[in-house]
Amino acid sequence: MRLREAGNGPRVTTDEPAHPDAEDLACTEEVEVMTDYLEGDLPAAEARRLERHLETCPGCTEYLDQMRTIAGSLGGLSEESLPAEMRDGLIAAFRDFRRSEN
Amino acid sequence: MLRVYGTSPGDLHVRVDDRKTCGGRAATSLSRNDHWAMSSASRHAHDDDQALVAALCRRDADVFAWLVDRHSPAMIRVALAYVPSRAAAEEVVQETWIGVIRGIDGFEGRSSLKTWIFRILTNVAMRAGARERRSMPFSALAEAENTGESSVDPDRFLPADHALFPGHWAIMPARWPTPEEGLLAGETREVIAAAIAELPEAQRTVIALRDVEGWSSEEVCEALEISAGNQRILLHRARSRVRNAIEDYYGAVEEIDYEAVTSELMCDSAKQETDPE
Repeated sequence: MRLREAGNGPRVTTDEPAHPDAEDLACTEEVEVMTDYLEGDLPAAEARRLERHLETCPGCTEYLDQMRTIAGSLGGLSEESLPAEMRDGLIAAFRDFRRSEN
Repeated sequence: MLRVYGTSPGDLHVRVDDRKTCGGRAATSLSRNDHWAMSSASRHAHDDDQALVAALCRRDADVFAWLVDRHSPAMIRVALAYVPSRAAAEEVVQETWIGVIRGIDGFEGRSSLKTWIFRILTNVAMRAGARERRSMPFSALAEAENTGESSVDPDRFLPADHALFPGHWAIMPARWPTPEEGLLAGETREVIAAAIAELPEAQRTVIALRDVEGWSSEEVCEALEISAGNQRILLHRARSRVRNAIEDYYGAVEEIDYEAVTSELMCDSAKQETDPE
C-alpha cells in the first residue's frame, strides 16, 4: 500500500491513521510476524513496514509465499474418520433412541 | 439464535431470533469441499443450525449420519490433544455422539450446534484424559508449547552484528518445485502428513482445525478455549515447522553470496566516483 504522497490532488482519506511507519526489522524478525500478517492481525504500521521490506527482499517474499501456500493447500489432507463399525453403531444407537422414545 | 420447543414432530416449533451467538460471530461449521460452507453469513449459519436441530429432533437418521461424517474428523483431532491414542480418541468421539443423541432435545441454541457438540467433546475428553492421568486444559498445553522457538533455523541468517546485512537471509528459501496439482500431490503429501503428526499436540490440533478442516480462527479459539493471540502463535509455529519439513524434503535453498553483492556495490560506487562522465 502506498503512502499518501505530497501533491496537489485532493487529499485521499485512507483507512489508515497518519502515524509513521514502524521501524525496519531484519529478516529474522519479519519471518516471525508472517502468520499475523496473513491473518490480517498485524497492526497497520507494521503491515506497511513488512510490505516495504518485501519490495526489496526476495528471501522474505518467498518465505511469505510458502507460508501462504501451506495455509491454503492442506484442505485435502484429512484422512481422519471413525471406524466404519463405530459409525454404524452410532447411527443404530440414534435410531434405537427414537424407537425407545416412541 | 435458535430455540427449539418441544421434542416430537407434532409439537415442534422453531423460532429464530436475531441475537447472535459467540460474540456476534457466525459459528457455522466450515469445511472446504462442502456446500454448507458456502453459507458463511451468520444468518445462514443460524438457518443451517435451525434445519439441522429440527431434523435431529425429528430423529432423522440421515441427518445424524451426515453430521457424524462431517464433524468426526475434527473431533478426533481435538480428542487427540487430551488422550494418548487414536483408539482412546475414537472412544471419546463415540461417547460424545451418544451425549449428542441424549441431549439434542434439550439443546437450546445458546451457542451454535457445532460449538455445543465440541463442548461435550471437550468435557468427555477431559474426563478420559483424567483416567489416563493426562488431563490438562488445552490452554495449559498451549502454554507449555510456547517456548519462543525460532520459525527458521537461526543459522539461515547473517549474524545480528553483521556490518552490512545484520539479520538478513544468508541462505534463502528457494521456490518449491510444486506440481500443478499443488502441495498435496505425490510424495509431498506424505511429508506434510508426517510433519503434522510430529508436531506438539497443541500446534498439531490448531493447524489441523485451521488448515486441514478449514475452521475460522474464531471457531478454533472457541472450541479450544484459547485466546486469539495464543491461537496465532500455535498456528505460526505449526505452519513454520511444516514449511521447514517441506523445504528439507525439496532441499530448496539458495545461498546468497553477500561478498559478491557487496563488492559489486562497492565497485559500482567507486566507478561512479572516478568516472569522469
